[in-house]
Amino acid sequence: MSEQAQLLPGTLDLLILRAVSLGPLHGYGILLRIGQISGDALLIEQGALYPGLFRLVRQGLLKASWGTSDNNRRAKFYELTAAGRKRLRQETDNWNRLVSAIAAALGTQPEEV
Amino acid sequence: MKFLDSLRFRISILFGRSRMDAEMEEELRLHVQHRADDLERIGLPRAEAERQARIEFGGHVRYKEESREAAGGTLLESVFRDVRHALRLLRKSPGFTAVAVMTLAAAIGANAVVFSALNATLLRPLNVPEPQSLYGLQFGEGVKGAQSYPNYLDFRDRNRCFEGLAAYHMTRVGLDTGKNPTRVWLYEVTGNYFDILKIQPRIGRFFHAADEQGAHSAPYIVLSYGYWHSHFQDDPGAVGRMVEINKRPFTIVGVAPPQFQGTFLLLSPDFFVPIVSLEDADTLNTRAGRWIFETIGHLKPGVTTAQAAADLNSIGDYLQTTYPKENGKMNVSLSRAGLYGETFERPLRAFVAALMLLAGLILLAACANLGSLFAVRAADRSREIAVRLALGSSRVRILRQLFTEALLLSLAGGAVGIFGGAMLLRRLSAWNPFPQFPTNVPLNPDANVYAVAALLAFISGILFGAVPVRQVMRSDPYDIIKSGSLAKLGRRITLREILLAVQIAICAVLVTSSLVAVRGLLRSLHSDFGFEPENVLLADTDLDMAGYEGEAVPAMQKRMLEAMRTIPGVASVALTNCAPLSSCGRLSMTSVYTDETSDLRPSTVAASPLQFQISPEFFAVAEMPVLAGRIFTPHDDKNAPLVAVINQVFAREVFGSSAKALGRYFKVSNGTRLQIVGIAKDGKYKSLADDSQSVMFLPILQAPTSASSLMLRSKSDPQRLAAAVRSRLQDLDVGMPVFIQTWPDALNRVLFGSRLATVALGVLGALGAILSMTGIFGMAAYSVSKRLRELGIRVALGARRNEVLQAALGRAIKLLAFASTAGLLLGILASRLLAAMVYQATPRDPLVLAGVVLAMASIGVLATWIPAQRALSIDPARLLREE
Repeated sequence: MSEQAQLLPGTLDLLILRAVSLGPLHGYGILLRIGQISGDALLIEQGALYPGLFRLVRQGLLKASWGTSDNNRRAKFYELTAAGRKRLRQETDNWNRLVSAIAAALGTQPEEV
Repeated sequence: MKFLDSLRFRISILFGRSRMDAEMEEELRLHVQHRADDLERIGLPRAEAERQARIEFGGHVRYKEESREAAGGTLLESVFRDVRHALRLLRKSPGFTAVAVMTLAAAIGANAVVFSALNATLLRPLNVPEPQSLYGLQFGEGVKGAQSYPNYLDFRDRNRCFEGLAAYHMTRVGLDTGKNPTRVWLYEVTGNYFDILKIQPRIGRFFHAADEQGAHSAPYIVLSYGYWHSHFQDDPGAVGRMVEINKRPFTIVGVAPPQFQGTFLLLSPDFFVPIVSLEDADTLNTRAGRWIFETIGHLKPGVTTAQAAADLNSIGDYLQTTYPKENGKMNVSLSRAGLYGETFERPLRAFVAALMLLAGLILLAACANLGSLFAVRAADRSREIAVRLALGSSRVRILRQLFTEALLLSLAGGAVGIFGGAMLLRRLSAWNPFPQFPTNVPLNPDANVYAVAALLAFISGILFGAVPVRQVMRSDPYDIIKSGSLAKLGRRITLREILLAVQIAICAVLVTSSLVAVRGLLRSLHSDFGFEPENVLLADTDLDMAGYEGEAVPAMQKRMLEAMRTIPGVASVALTNCAPLSSCGRLSMTSVYTDETSDLRPSTVAASPLQFQISPEFFAVAEMPVLAGRIFTPHDDKNAPLVAVINQVFAREVFGSSAKALGRYFKVSNGTRLQIVGIAKDGKYKSLADDSQSVMFLPILQAPTSASSLMLRSKSDPQRLAAAVRSRLQDLDVGMPVFIQTWPDALNRVLFGSRLATVALGVLGALGAILSMTGIFGMAAYSVSKRLRELGIRVALGARRNEVLQAALGRAIKLLAFASTAGLLLGILASRLLAAMVYQATPRDPLVLAGVVLAMASIGVLATWIPAQRALSIDPARLLREE
């Protein structure tokens, strides 16, 4: 547990988009998928997922429909819309730029200044 | 737990929480279930798994709230929340709510009533097929639609632009259906009337052009639906029955459809007969003397009114050149059918437009006043608003809240207004001040009226809701919380105050005028008429309608008088062609000349007195004093020398004084000489304004007339004689139509104009009072709210109650006093105008002055009551702590 990292603000939305981009999922499924693709390295309180989901639906990045899960229960499945796909690409690029910039900044040695 | 969850799910649906909310709840619940499934799979017992899953989920309520926020909620849901909030706030200030709703109800109700008058008279066309192509002909300089029968025939046969032309004329006849003969209104119409209007009979058939075979042919009646319903109880057997009109036999051939009530809005007939059936050959062949009320027809498709007018004018020119003696220049024009062209439509249009403007102004003033009240509320809530803004609520959200409140108020006001308006309209529709004239103006509100009222309510809500917008948009939460006040208190006179002063002044004018009018009306009811109307019953008939002619008339009149004398309770009976002030419509002026005049021309006329033809008992029954000479005797018959009694005005005009007139002679237009045997005291004859009307009374035996109005002086309530009078007259002649009323009732109808003016002024005065009240209320409340802290300090420093009131309300009271005085003075000036409408209206009347002062003072007290209470209940300790 102590190995897990706190999420940076704003990154949950990106993770949700990424998780759903791999195929339609219900809420719990999204959590499992995030855990799976991040190697269980991120700490997300389960309920915190939902405000993010509703926000993304309202922004038109996700669409939702009721269906039946593998457990044979009713569940609401989310999938990406075209706008969501586009946003995921943009956010991924942004993130990569940010990460390389931060990494470059943190990796700078005193003599390089 | 599962059960509880699903129960909550169901209940939440039951209680109408949005579907979205319920779905959200369900989704979160299912998440926990899925997690529990997984935990169960790795070995936990189900109960333990579910517990664990819930813990892992975290704060359920918190996440749900956040989710709801994130999802934005539905519009309906947030509107519903706003409405609930607004209702709560309005409930907390019932005084404000009541004032606002009342003001709006009055303003919107007034608009609804006026609009429905507009709707009924000008917007709604005649209820016939294709009303848009139906036009009436107007001849001459814009005002006259009447035409003679031969001219009508020429227009009908020679025009090329109408599908056909029909004509109709309204007249009153005696109708005898075998029981209870009555005087009724009918349309004399041309045979093609119904075919031209393209309407079908409800039952039976209509008559047609082919039925017309010269004078007194086609004795057919088509009943109006209303008359069939009320007098024949919808009996289909009525068709085919014989009835008598003015003693001539007619056959009922059909009944018109219910929605058809004639082609003139101001008079709906009881039935229709062919023009040729009632008129004799002489009348039908005379080309001079236009008497047929209106000619109407549908334009052919594609023909413009200009083309039609040109066509008709060429016919007019032809008629003028062919019959120059009978016809002058005809400037034919077309007007919409239904209101008789310019004669009625233009003044009606102007009148209704003026009313509509007035009603609109009233609504605007109401909105302005409510707007300032709203500004006060927003100011009172400035702290609450500031806190909400500081906590991140958007200004739009706060404005939406304020608008919701405004709209709620305006819709409530609108609902009350339209409800009151509809009730008033229903009564107005049923009310007919002149039972002799059946009108056809259905004032009942229709969908249009409701729609307009709702729209007005909505617009006014937006209007007065918008007043505090700037205030909210500009407010800086930091400033407000720090200082606790929205604006600086100004000493200068604001535009709002000037507007309010004008409103109050107008209100005072109206209150003054209506009090003056009421007093004038009361006084004229008890003024000296020159006779005594109390305890007299009038029974009016025209022997013409019962078929009497020549010598039969006086003989019948003698029998009628004798029959009346035998009724128990009758003190005395007289006969006249028309009782004074009874609106009989028969009084006419005649030209008289001095005895010396030999050349009887308009320029040598000595006086134009009204002519009464009376039996000798008239002066006794009317209690009209004869000041000099004698009254008539039964010996003043057609074998005796011709005599007359004149009034003082006549004597003064022609002879200089009463003393000089007695015994002298004068001439009437045919040259006959009459000797003056008596001088009667002046009185009122046609209207209450008669102050200098000359009158002559002639013995009915020397100047016979078929018009017979019996006057019975009763020993008690004259109404109790009515039944006996009717039955005695029917014993004499079953076919004689009689109209019975008491003389005081007849007088009331003469006063109708004054009454209407009084009522109208009263209504306007009441509206003005309501508006002034909201205005002053708004201003006083504003000033109290602004100066709450100052007043608190004053109270803390030991100010007395009247000092606090003085500080809080002084300005509002001063404004009221100033504007009321100005209004009162203006009102007194305006009352001179009023004197033209209401007889004996005078503002120089201490009661009126006292009344106005009292009325304005009570408006002031009512309007400042709530703010005064608030100012007095200031608790300085609490106030200073809060601020």
